[in-house]
Amino acid sequence: MPADPTPHGATASGAGTPPEQPPAQAWQSGDAPQRRAQAALRDLPWEVGVAKPDAAVVVDGVTRTFGGLTAVSVDHLEIQRGGITGLIGPNGAGKTTLFNLLTGFDQPNTGTWSFNGRPLGKLAPHQVARLGVVRTFQLTKALSRLTVLQNMLLGAQGQRGESFLRALVPGTWRTQEKENTEKAMDLLRRFKLDTKKDDFAGTLSGGQRKLLEMARALMSDPQVVMLDEPMAGVNPALTQSLLGHVKDLREQGMTVIFVEHDMDVVRDISDWVVVMAAGKIIAEGPPESISQNQAVVDAYLGAHHDAPLTVEEEDRVLAQAEQAIAREENADGDVLDSTPHRKGPTDE
Amino acid sequence: MGDLLNALAVAGKSALGFQAIFFALLAVGINVQFGYAGLLNFGQIAFALLGGFGIAISVSQWGLPFWVGVLVGLLAAVVLALLLGLPTLRLRADYLAIATIATAEGLRLLFRSVSATPVTNGTRGLSAFNGDFIGLAPWATNERYRILGTTWSGGELWVALVGWVIVVLSGLLIWALMRSPWGRVLKSIREDEDAVRSLGKNVYVYKMQALVLGGILGALGGMVYAVGTGSAVPDQYQNANTFLAYAALILGGAARVLGPVVGAMILLFILQFADTGLRLLIDNGIIPEGLLSSTDVAQIRFVLVGVGLMLLLIFRPQGIFGDRREVMLDAR
Repeated sequence: MPADPTPHGATASGAGTPPEQPPAQAWQSGDAPQRRAQAALRDLPWEVGVAKPDAAVVVDGVTRTFGGLTAVSVDHLEIQRGGITGLIGPNGAGKTTLFNLLTGFDQPNTGTWSFNGRPLGKLAPHQVARLGVVRTFQLTKALSRLTVLQNMLLGAQGQRGESFLRALVPGTWRTQEKENTEKAMDLLRRFKLDTKKDDFAGTLSGGQRKLLEMARALMSDPQVVMLDEPMAGVNPALTQSLLGHVKDLREQGMTVIFVEHDMDVVRDISDWVVVMAAGKIIAEGPPESISQNQAVVDAYLGAHHDAPLTVEEEDRVLAQAEQAIAREENADGDVLDSTPHRKGPTDE
Repeated sequence: MGDLLNALAVAGKSALGFQAIFFALLAVGINVQFGYAGLLNFGQIAFALLGGFGIAISVSQWGLPFWVGVLVGLLAAVVLALLLGLPTLRLRADYLAIATIATAEGLRLLFRSVSATPVTNGTRGLSAFNGDFIGLAPWATNERYRILGTTWSGGELWVALVGWVIVVLSGLLIWALMRSPWGRVLKSIREDEDAVRSLGKNVYVYKMQALVLGGILGALGGMVYAVGTGSAVPDQYQNANTFLAYAALILGGAARVLGPVVGAMILLFILQFADTGLRLLIDNGIIPEGLLSSTDVAQIRFVLVGVGLMLLLIFRPQGIFGDRREVMLDAR
């Protein structure tokens, strides 16, 4: 990116991957991070719950039920550091609920999950965010009556002026505010929103809000970025630019997890794809493996969607149905039989 | 003509008197909570009640010095804000609204109840607690002073002067806070709590700070009122005052530093001017006695304020100081 000089990328990557991790050094010696994540994931078996060579996020036995409905039931999931992991699945598969659980916006019924080995269970959303796991929302949450620049500045972490007493002494936060403003303007230039910096965020178009939300999330120097349907309702031209930005995050060493419905997008940018259906993870693998996966096809289109019933199967189904009917009739008969019997003696 | 000028002068005095200060401070507090943080406090008068009675009970019943009474009142307001905020601020905005409106009515009924009579003197209330404060006036408080066609007692002038100093200081405080990163977080919470949470801010703490700050300002308003009237009677603290303060805030423009202050002055001016003006018209026979008698005036002036507010919301929804672009964004 022309507006993004190399040193910026280098520092962001340094913050993104702890120095004690050998792969980070390997990348800093000039290896493209995209290749690195892909290379690391290349030889993994395509099975659910497979261990990743360098997992940033590990999920274990997380379940969440709403009444009788099990929205999420994930046995084991690892997310590769420095890679783009796509999370797909039909509507109602539990993708957003899983996001909410991982970021503290919802509490699970059971299970644990950790980030860099640090358990995240029981943490409030803001505590998760402070650890470097930042998310966006399916329904974009631009802060309408704040300007674009104010939206950006809100994303900065560790602001001294955000404490009540220090807010009253501008000297304590003015320098930091100036630095944050410069950083925000850099990001806005990258996202081509710098000319809008004094406009209310509520006046932006839907696509610009998506961009703003992503840029605002980046103000916090996150290590893990979780994007909930970043391309929803965005026109194709802007989709391309958003895709570029998501890939940029990976170049800077961040771990990206995103929910998306557009399979072209998923195939284009993901290093690894996780498929959910009915709350469970039904498949994992590199993007090219997914479209061939029978479980995925079944989940999206329904089992037997393209195979006619064989004669034996038909017979079996019919026999089962007949048995069921017979059982029901028996049961009904019992009830009908027993009632007069029971009534009989009392009548006499 | 002279009558009209007189009506204007009387209304002007009302817009500068302690009642205007009372509403201004209530509205400045509501502005912090509702205007900036988006918290619905429908029981601001409860904080004023605690402020007023904090002084009254401390001085009249417990024999403490006036300034200790001020501290007691402020402390009581902080405690009430914490009590209201602890259970409700994690929930949706509606729950705070329900809790505050119930508390405001409940506290007033408690203070006027028979069982509270030993402390609050029940429905008759307390008096003679502002002597220490009035005694500080640098001029003779018994004399009357004529200012721009109106008469003020020395005590009234002193209360108004100190009251407006408090209003100006609170305005400066709000101005300083709202241009700081702290104010930015507060305004963001009004827009979308979850977005603010996802950016690593502890929303609960900010909401609590806003509730406490607004409550303290409300308590200061109640103190000015109690000292201005020289008595503290539970039934003076009807919750209708909360909504008049909201009217003042909307009139002046929410989320603006000067909005609630100027709104309160205009509200009081209109109320008083409608009162004297209508009486004048009735006395002069311009409005026939059969249509409107002077006893109806007290009620009809509120109708006029209501009509005025409606017109304002239709033609200038942002209030006097508001930004129309900003208000129009609200629909989304």
